[in-house]
Amino acid sequence: MSTEPTSPPVEGAAHFVRAAFSNVSFVTGFATTVLIAAMALVSFMWTPYDITLISIADKQLTPSVQHLFGTDHFGRDILSMIMVGARNSIAVAFVAVGIGIGVGVPLGCWAAARGGWIDEVLMRFNDLVFAFPALLSAIMITAIFGPGAVNAIIAIGIFNVPVFARVARAGAMALWPREYILAARASGKSATLITIEHILPNIASILLVQATIQFALGILAEAGLSYLGLGAQPPMTSWGRMLFDAQTRMMGAPHLAIFPGLAIVVTVLGLNLLGDGLRDVLDPRLRRAR
Amino acid sequence: MSLLEIEKLDLSIGKFEILKGVDLTIEQGEVLGLVGESGSGKSMTALTLMRLLPDLAHASGRVTFDGVDILGAPEAAMNRLRGNEIGMVFQEPMTALNPVKTIGEQVAEGIRWHAGVNRKDADDRARAMLDRVGLPESKFPLSRYPHELSGGQRQRVVIAIACALEPKLLVADEPTTALDVVLQAQILDLLRDLVDERKMGLLLISHDLAVVADMAERVTIMRHGEVMDSGETGRILTEKAHPYTRQLAEASTHVPERTPLADGRSERPLLEVRDVTRDYAGRRRSLFSKPEPFRAVSGVSFALHEGQSMALVGRSGCGKSTLARMILALDRPTSGSIRLFGDELTTKSENDLRPARRNMQVVFQDPYGSFNPRHKVERLVAEPLHLLETQPSRSERRERVAQALAEVGLSAGDMDKYPHEFSGGQRQRLSIARALITRPKLIVADEPVSALDVSIRAQILDLFADLNSRLGVAYLFITHDLMVARAITDQVMVMHEGEIVERGNTASVLDNPQSEAGKMLVAASPDLERALERRRFARV
Amino acid sequence: MTLFLLKRIAIGLVTLLVASMIVFSVMEILPGDPARLMLGMNATPEALDALREQMGLNAPVVERYISWAGGMLTGDFGRSFTYRAPVIDLIAERAVVSVPLALIALTLSTAIAIPVGIFAAARRGKLGDTVSMGTAQIGVAIPNFWFALLLIYVFAVWLRLVPAGGFPGWSGGVWPGLKALILPSIALALPQAAILARVTRSAMLEVLGEDYIRTARAKGMPRRKVLWRHALRNAMIPVLTILGLQFAFLLAGTIIIENVFYIPGLGRLVFQAITQRDLIVVEGVIMLLVASVILVNILVDVAYALVDPRLRARS
Repeated sequence: MSTEPTSPPVEGAAHFVRAAFSNVSFVTGFATTVLIAAMALVSFMWTPYDITLISIADKQLTPSVQHLFGTDHFGRDILSMIMVGARNSIAVAFVAVGIGIGVGVPLGCWAAARGGWIDEVLMRFNDLVFAFPALLSAIMITAIFGPGAVNAIIAIGIFNVPVFARVARAGAMALWPREYILAARASGKSATLITIEHILPNIASILLVQATIQFALGILAEAGLSYLGLGAQPPMTSWGRMLFDAQTRMMGAPHLAIFPGLAIVVTVLGLNLLGDGLRDVLDPRLRRAR
Repeated sequence: MSLLEIEKLDLSIGKFEILKGVDLTIEQGEVLGLVGESGSGKSMTALTLMRLLPDLAHASGRVTFDGVDILGAPEAAMNRLRGNEIGMVFQEPMTALNPVKTIGEQVAEGIRWHAGVNRKDADDRARAMLDRVGLPESKFPLSRYPHELSGGQRQRVVIAIACALEPKLLVADEPTTALDVVLQAQILDLLRDLVDERKMGLLLISHDLAVVADMAERVTIMRHGEVMDSGETGRILTEKAHPYTRQLAEASTHVPERTPLADGRSERPLLEVRDVTRDYAGRRRSLFSKPEPFRAVSGVSFALHEGQSMALVGRSGCGKSTLARMILALDRPTSGSIRLFGDELTTKSENDLRPARRNMQVVFQDPYGSFNPRHKVERLVAEPLHLLETQPSRSERRERVAQALAEVGLSAGDMDKYPHEFSGGQRQRLSIARALITRPKLIVADEPVSALDVSIRAQILDLFADLNSRLGVAYLFITHDLMVARAITDQVMVMHEGEIVERGNTASVLDNPQSEAGKMLVAASPDLERALERRRFARV
Repeated sequence: MTLFLLKRIAIGLVTLLVASMIVFSVMEILPGDPARLMLGMNATPEALDALREQMGLNAPVVERYISWAGGMLTGDFGRSFTYRAPVIDLIAERAVVSVPLALIALTLSTAIAIPVGIFAAARRGKLGDTVSMGTAQIGVAIPNFWFALLLIYVFAVWLRLVPAGGFPGWSGGVWPGLKALILPSIALALPQAAILARVTRSAMLEVLGEDYIRTARAKGMPRRKVLWRHALRNAMIPVLTILGLQFAFLLAGTIIIENVFYIPGLGRLVFQAITQRDLIVVEGVIMLLVASVILVNILVDVAYALVDPRLRARS
């Protein structure tokens, strides 16, 4: 019948690349993400100006040819600051996603494989973490253990754990009754081996999509914490920290706030587009729904 | 003028050509059977005449219903036609009803919309219609929700919706494919009666020649979007003038050649099942009562000898798949014993089960869900080699996979392909190759051919028969299809509500069933020869 | 249904109990002696001791937990040392600002998002869909506090339409108070609305692909009627889930937004209490927020059951 699946989920790497690069969301998101990552990497070797040098004479200059995005209250070049700040914003979000995947995915897979009370306990624990408004708890953690990038990473990372646990569990639960898993069990394979060989490769795509979403949320969360003065501390900088500094100077120099904010928006937008594109390409079921 | 006339209908979706020059007519009050295998375009033909095609579809040609040009009619005119003049019944009753609306609302909705009557009158008419399709008020008030009904009952609601306004034409797209044979017979009877009493035309779409032969006066056979053969049912299917018609008819009644089993090949049974029972935790009725367990399998005992082929037949939900899973040690019985070569399986740890697992493998129904889509054939077919004490080397492994592939009629070159590169029938061959690779003595096959088209099904049955004769592997065939049981097994067990109610030699049980459940199954099973026989008598 | 509800409430209570233990132990392991914090560096050991005794700090941990948790049950959240007032009074005083803010934001976000999502789904692939979903995509990416800064700059500094921050209280009438909450609630609502609109659209599209939609169309119902009568209610199930999650998000969002606008609400209270280590206030507010998240989740479950008869039957 014509309702049969016409496109199986896997058609090889070449097909994936072709499909991905004909998807507008993916291409835009991928290009933006690469651009931002490249900007952060370049900042290690070169920035238009040295951001450790303070020049009060040049303070709060509006955008010009010399300073494309203007200068801040210490006369530092904002473009250079944004490039350096990208490192922190990206690093915090990246490690936090890593924590979420590293802890959450095994937990979720374990719950799905074992079922019963282990599953019940883990899921109740998940609900518990969800009951704490994430940002509030992050504020609490950083406030208690002291502000700083490392504590921000831990705080954001903890809240990624139940997200990935939930996604991995849901994906794995849907796979366990499949006939190929039953066949693997009939071949005497242990739950661990089946999880590694069959479950993980088949939930990798939904995890990847979730990772881009959490990455974007991580950037926003880091910005929020730093904006409250709880994230990156001087002399380190990050986009949220720049907004913290800009807050009181908004009236006279709105560009101080506009450019770091735009950096956040563009990055998060890029990551979300990348995630949407990946989902379209990887999940044929959702592709149909679009 | 005919009620429905389709002339030179072409249909494409995107760049795919779905229908090529389809011609078809239905007279007032006539039943036309539209038969074809997967991808023949029979469902798309139905959706075209309802004009419910996907967005990218483009149809050309002429479709005239009762003087209305369907392809050219404005959407508003189509809305007046659908449900009012043409009713449609779909394949999947479980998803065809809106889960958040009562059955009363869903039947009355169309009545209110087309007849413009008030809520009370619409409800009365919906009530009468539900009574007519066999859902009486006492058990099925209008306030029931779809989830409170079984699949067969839901299909009755769908039929009530389709027939509520006494349409001139009813389109039924595989209306019984998702139901078991007993329900299938009931739903077909209902359709036949409704069509007779209301003089409706019926376009009955089916993959099953026997069903169509039983129901339709005329039949149109399609393949790859084209009409192959068309005409009066008895003549077409008896004369089989068209080669494709002959191929289909022969495949539907195909019985593979098997060397009959020499009796008493071995004294000791290969598999011994004794008093096996499986309970599942039931749902709690109220806060204080204990949940009542649901007994899926109840006190089942039987023995299977080496090289024997046994069928386990029964309606859906009778517990046959649960029993299969327990035999395969994928599920544990609540009580009872299962022995393979005298070795108790039910108490063994996963590790101690390895030798037993080498001796029994499994083939499932769904040729699409049976393989991890991300692995290549070599890895998929080699998976049970994990059970060997010493893992074979890479080249040994490839050799064994090649041998298994050869055994099922595939080539060694297929080893480096992905499962999606194969057709449904080929995948079922892969499934069998995987089951064979450890040289098991027993293969448990759970509905292994019910998802396949008839011509493919015949080939796979041949393969099963061949392997049984050649390798002496024993089968436990779980199926709802008595044709399959007849074709491939020596012994049959009839299962009903968790119990084995009848057993014996396949031919004698199926020719002359003794138990109620057995009689019901046999009577309900569609049979092409019998249907044609009846048709001949009816004409005389 | 009743059983289902009772079970949800029981789970909620257990969650709340465990949450209280976690909050209590986190505060317990914190460095710093509350008594010293309150009295300052120059306090005499005798005074410190007396205060500890008075605050019950010398009692064993379990005893202190029980009296703290038991106190909360009777509405006694303890006394703040920075404000020198009962915590419950502080909370009550701040809640009259935060609760309206969160509710206005939630209403605004829902009122914008759901119609936009339905509209986009109905016109899938057309210009209206592309424009509204493009806007939503950008909306999702905007940090609410930055959006708040922009709003202040445009509407308060530049156009001078509304105050840039602060809150006059409700004593001067409803309007001045509401006026001060306009920008904060927009800043909170719009990024949430963007998320909700996307969810609504994709839920609608998912449902529109279901078999029963085809059944309804085969009855002769026009596309638009099918959308409202059959698709919408089914699509509300995932939308409700997101609404529940967004409530928690909004609560947290108020912390930042109240700081941007200098609004004396619960968010600002807890933020200041954290920086001043006024732990008893932090504990109280967190427990209150956690309890409200749990309550909202139960309400969402009840709403599920109202929408979906399959869940209603699960008892």
